[in-house]
Amino acid sequence: MNAEELQQLAAEARDERPQFDYEVNVCMGTGCLSQHSDRVKNALEKEAEISGRKCHVRRTGCMGLCAAGPMVLVEPAETRYGHVHEGDAQEIVASLGGDPVARLDPQLRGYFEGQKHVVLENSGHIDPEKIEEYIARDGYEALVKAVTEMSPGQVIEQIMKSGLRGRGGGGYPTGLKWDTVAKVKGAQKYVICNGDEGDPGAFMDRSVLESDPQRVIEGMAIAAYAIGAAKGYIYVRAEYPLAVQRLTVALQQARRRGLLGSGICETTFNFDIDIRLGAGAFVCGEETALIASIEGKRGTPRPRPPYPAVSGLWGAPTLINNVETFANVAPILRHGGEWFSSMGTARSKGTKVFALTGKIQRTGLVEVPMGMTLRQIIFGIGGGVPDGRKFKAVQTGGPSGGCLPEEHLDLSISYDALISAGSMMGSGGMIVMDDTSCMVSVARFFMEFCMTESCGKCVPCRAGTVQMYELLTRITKGVATHRDLDRLTDLCEVVGATSLCGLGQTAPNPVLSTLRYFRHEYLAHIDEKRCPAGVCEIGTGHPADSAEVTVAGEVHV
Amino acid sequence: MSLYAERPPLPSDDKRWRIVNGTMRKHGYSRNALIETLHTVQSSFGYLDEPSIKFVAKSLRVPLSQAYGVVTFYHFFSLKPPGKHTCTVCLGTACYIKGSDKLVVETEKLLSIKAGQTTADGEVSFTTARCVGACGRAPVVLLDGELSGQVGVAELKAQLERWVRQ
Repeated sequence: MNAEELQQLAAEARDERPQFDYEVNVCMGTGCLSQHSDRVKNALEKEAEISGRKCHVRRTGCMGLCAAGPMVLVEPAETRYGHVHEGDAQEIVASLGGDPVARLDPQLRGYFEGQKHVVLENSGHIDPEKIEEYIARDGYEALVKAVTEMSPGQVIEQIMKSGLRGRGGGGYPTGLKWDTVAKVKGAQKYVICNGDEGDPGAFMDRSVLESDPQRVIEGMAIAAYAIGAAKGYIYVRAEYPLAVQRLTVALQQARRRGLLGSGICETTFNFDIDIRLGAGAFVCGEETALIASIEGKRGTPRPRPPYPAVSGLWGAPTLINNVETFANVAPILRHGGEWFSSMGTARSKGTKVFALTGKIQRTGLVEVPMGMTLRQIIFGIGGGVPDGRKFKAVQTGGPSGGCLPEEHLDLSISYDALISAGSMMGSGGMIVMDDTSCMVSVARFFMEFCMTESCGKCVPCRAGTVQMYELLTRITKGVATHRDLDRLTDLCEVVGATSLCGLGQTAPNPVLSTLRYFRHEYLAHIDEKRCPAGVCEIGTGHPADSAEVTVAGEVHV
Repeated sequence: MSLYAERPPLPSDDKRWRIVNGTMRKHGYSRNALIETLHTVQSSFGYLDEPSIKFVAKSLRVPLSQAYGVVTFYHFFSLKPPGKHTCTVCLGTACYIKGSDKLVVETEKLLSIKAGQTTADGEVSFTTARCVGACGRAPVVLLDGELSGQVGVAELKAQLERWVRQ
């Protein structure tokens, strides 16, 4: 396919739209489907037919506000309905062109105001299983432009100019990574998309893959052109069956349209993508472990250097980026690097998608410009803590991140600000906790996670997480001493400094951040034998309270 | 001598083995197709038993130790057959904050088994998941693979009792 054919296809797809006066989009992401949005769609289709109105009912991906599912978006009026059921279909169709159904409009607007959609610009607007709808919204324009008008160096230059940084957690400058891989000599190079979203409490990647899979494919193809790769892999969790299915369909359609395969845009550029399924190992989000997993081996990391950019998949130079990073590539090339770098803060450009969950009014996905404050996101967009409870902490960065207290609510979000506050951006999970959460228990929860997910290759992580978990257990049971607390602090330092990969190096973070901001809760458990949140069962006389816990070879009773 | 002759015969007449063979053929019987093939076996048969691991290892010329190592490394693979019904409670952070630990305690009490086990009559398997990515609907439970959100203790107990009584 060349530029003209693409434009023609986009025009054709756009021409179909005026045939309809109204478009009724029904969210069919995992969240809304679990509330039977498929039945809502069927009911709407039936009603639309009966009414005889020119109305197109469309399946779309995630609209963001999962708490109000199933969601329906009526265009062109931009009316959003939440908690829609089959029985509401007739009323919705009858209201087209008139006043919206007031009963179904639970003031969703507050949630969408203040957001800025770049990655999610098509989510909720296109059918993820129709490539034509993606193309109609300027899809693949960037790939065709890159391949036919730009040199690989010019593509990398734009990405560098944009200031885009890796969205998977580390925040490494994407342009620099591309440039490194492009400069390494190698007959065969690979592009890998990291969709192993193991961070519990985060679902941005799942949502992007389910709602707009073509965007990720286009981003990967542009990257392949820039670095000189002919083969790509998308590594997706097997726990995301819908994402895998939509991605499979998207790949087939892209191949059929000649946007993947050999001789893309009538040039000598060849590129194709295969899907690889993850099998439930958090450590596979680490790039060298992920590469081992694609090679069919146990997902254990290896020391770096050599970095995958030099020696990655089967020893070949490999570029690994996260789903959200690739999703940002096409808009950057379409609008230029300067456009992207005009959003955000000095060192964190663009927007970031967050999964806002936990004790919050409106849970769901939000995409905001970098630099927005936590307070604006949690209390503005998210509507604050429900049930009249008090905000206590927000956890960002998953098991590698930390918990930030109320004093930090005015922190404006960027990679560096979060790290200096003792947390990290991570992949974008944002879990809000109220005063019913015990921070020691939360730290123990994350330590249990790291303990079971440790691959076992290096000693500090394999043994250290077990010891830290047991020390935390002693604290929650009210049998710990100040010596235990000192030992816990020491272990945090050792494990963080000496572990092989990111999993172990960041495993102490939830403990360190809760010790920094909620030390009084630790002390209440130790000195007063009391859990301030009333979560831990201390001194209830259960035999378990005085259970033997082995710590570093000693037996405490 | 062709490589074809070295491949082991299908373990049984079961048609599902042809699906497994199909996956291996698609990847040209390459060693790095090990995880993909094991996924196919598990989705076809529900779990991985010894004969199936041996068959896959031999077909792909992967040492049995390596195949077994991969099976036990990844949480997604199961060495035990699932019960007639499965109940999976998500223990992701969002679900934990919304009280999914209580769902686990109640389920274990009601079924008299621990997470990862199947009831003695083979009716119900109970497992926990790390995160199914439906955090907006926390706490989340998968009942026979079907996702339910904002599940309360009473609701879950009622469903489990229905399964147990049948």
